[in-house]
Amino acid sequence: MFFIQLKDLFKSYGTVRALNGLNLKVPKGSLYGLLGPNGAGKSTALRIICTLLDPDSGDVEVAGNNALLEEKETRRRLGYVAQEVALDKILTGRELLELQGDLYHLSKNYKKKRIEELIQRLEMHEWIDRRCGSFSGGMKRRLDLASGLLHEPELLILDEPTVGLDIESRSVIWGLLKELRSNETTILLSSHYLEEVDELADEMAIIDKGKVIASGKPDDLKKELGGDRVTLRVREFSDELEAESVRKLIKDINGVSNVVVNKKQGYSLNFLVRDNNVIPSLPDYLSKEKFEVFALSHSRPSLDDVYLQATGKTLMDAELELAGKRDFKLENKKSMR
Amino acid sequence: MITTNSSPHQKKQSRNDFYEILQEIFALTWRLFIQLIRRPSTLFAGILQPLIWLLLFAALFSKAPINFLPGGSSYGEFLGAGLIVFTAFSGALNAGLPLMFDREFGFLNRLLVAPLRSRSSIVISSVIYITTISLLQSFAIMATSAFLGYGWPSLGGLFLISITLLLLVFAITGLSLGLAFVLPGHIELIAIIFIANLPVLFASTALAPISFMPEWLGWIASINPLTFAIEPIRMAYHNSVDLGLVLIEAPYGQVNGYSCLAILFILTIGLFFLIRPLLNRKLA
Repeated sequence: MFFIQLKDLFKSYGTVRALNGLNLKVPKGSLYGLLGPNGAGKSTALRIICTLLDPDSGDVEVAGNNALLEEKETRRRLGYVAQEVALDKILTGRELLELQGDLYHLSKNYKKKRIEELIQRLEMHEWIDRRCGSFSGGMKRRLDLASGLLHEPELLILDEPTVGLDIESRSVIWGLLKELRSNETTILLSSHYLEEVDELADEMAIIDKGKVIASGKPDDLKKELGGDRVTLRVREFSDELEAESVRKLIKDINGVSNVVVNKKQGYSLNFLVRDNNVIPSLPDYLSKEKFEVFALSHSRPSLDDVYLQATGKTLMDAELELAGKRDFKLENKKSMR
Repeated sequence: MITTNSSPHQKKQSRNDFYEILQEIFALTWRLFIQLIRRPSTLFAGILQPLIWLLLFAALFSKAPINFLPGGSSYGEFLGAGLIVFTAFSGALNAGLPLMFDREFGFLNRLLVAPLRSRSSIVISSVIYITTISLLQSFAIMATSAFLGYGWPSLGGLFLISITLLLLVFAITGLSLGLAFVLPGHIELIAIIFIANLPVLFASTALAPISFMPEWLGWIASINPLTFAIEPIRMAYHNSVDLGLVLIEAPYGQVNGYSCLAILFILTIGLFFLIRPLLNRKLA
């Protein structure tokens, strides 16, 4: 059973298309990771599910309800931890949680008990009665997570929950998410940290340019690539023509597949090798064709390889590419209520 | 241990919508008052500025000829009503600022993602807060004015002053909250507040009666909402409360107390109807 279903979601900010026909199915009780570079459309998708944004077109279903029509019911079911932690810096952490409890209409006793539970679980007791304005990034994020969990939502939505956090805070948050997952809470988490999605997610989707380009269990996605991931450079600074020539040579080798030229990394070649004999014989094979091996490395496939295979670039390169293209001012203005 | 999937809505007692609306309005209003208690400078500045005006302007005209003003009152007595209204007006004009900051810093999203019974609670809490603050500030001016010997209204007068201020504050608060949703940021809202504040004061009967003004300014003053609030309050200070009395000798005719209050009432209702579609859209 799917707890969230997004069908053909489109959303634009002016001329910038944030979502371009996004389809997503999140199973109930799973921790689902959305992986993609900044600007891929992850936050927009999450804001639409949270009823903070309306899509230009498409359907959003949460727990079998049309979230675009039954907004209040959807809000009641979910807890949202936004990318930008918005706290009232004049309130203390406890006052903020009390406010949150009242906005979710919790009874006085239940609210008090729940706040104490979360303070203990997220290790906030030492500083919870200080004003939010004095909190570090990690403290703010823990408090924000506590406020998202206060009403025990069936669905927890986290937008980049550990960006810029210290190791201790990240560890506390990861621990809590694992615990929640074991308690059957559905968690939808966006991240551009590969290791976070790899570590936490039961299932994941890779989003690029506003749509899903690959989805499944992280291990399955890596297994689909098969074999070892090899990175080859024939010169320190190669060019497109040379890289293309080498690509044509390599793709014909038995046991080699998925050969891509990575322009962003000096026209290196990335490919998969299923035959253990290929790598030792590669230098000789290339030297016969007048190419040398400048650098050669191989590793087990990672999610970055999955991303690379799907898009032809690494996640970091994709972020750098998108960074210059985004109009944050326009996006903020369009998303501000 | 974190427990999940046992909805708190099953655990908590069955309560009606009205109780839940009260709960969210109280929580949102209390948040604004906590901010005020911990950052009281705006409250004091809002009282101090008109007080300085009261002292300086009253001193400025302290040697003006007797019967200089209609009714033979001193300038300090004349000025009191204007500054009470100005204080309430300034406070209400600033009502949109906290909301604007919540929009800009993303706190409004925290409120909007919550299953509020009515999102009007966000607006209502702002109205309650600003009304309380504006009335507090206005009564501080009244107390100082009385201390300086400029008189204190009767019980009926106090009631009239409260009603008049409430109408004005509701109207201007509604306008300010509407602007807070329309304008792109707090800089623009502050610019409008700066531009509007003093000209609206000077183009009213706060500082001088209409008979002192050139005809064009007299016209503006006699349609200025502040004038319709100032004159009933001035009457509450100087006469027994009789709303049938002519309070404004406007270029277009005479306006009595009833008409002043009716105009303020219509203005309040009109402004709320004007901004309602906007609030519905923004808070939908």
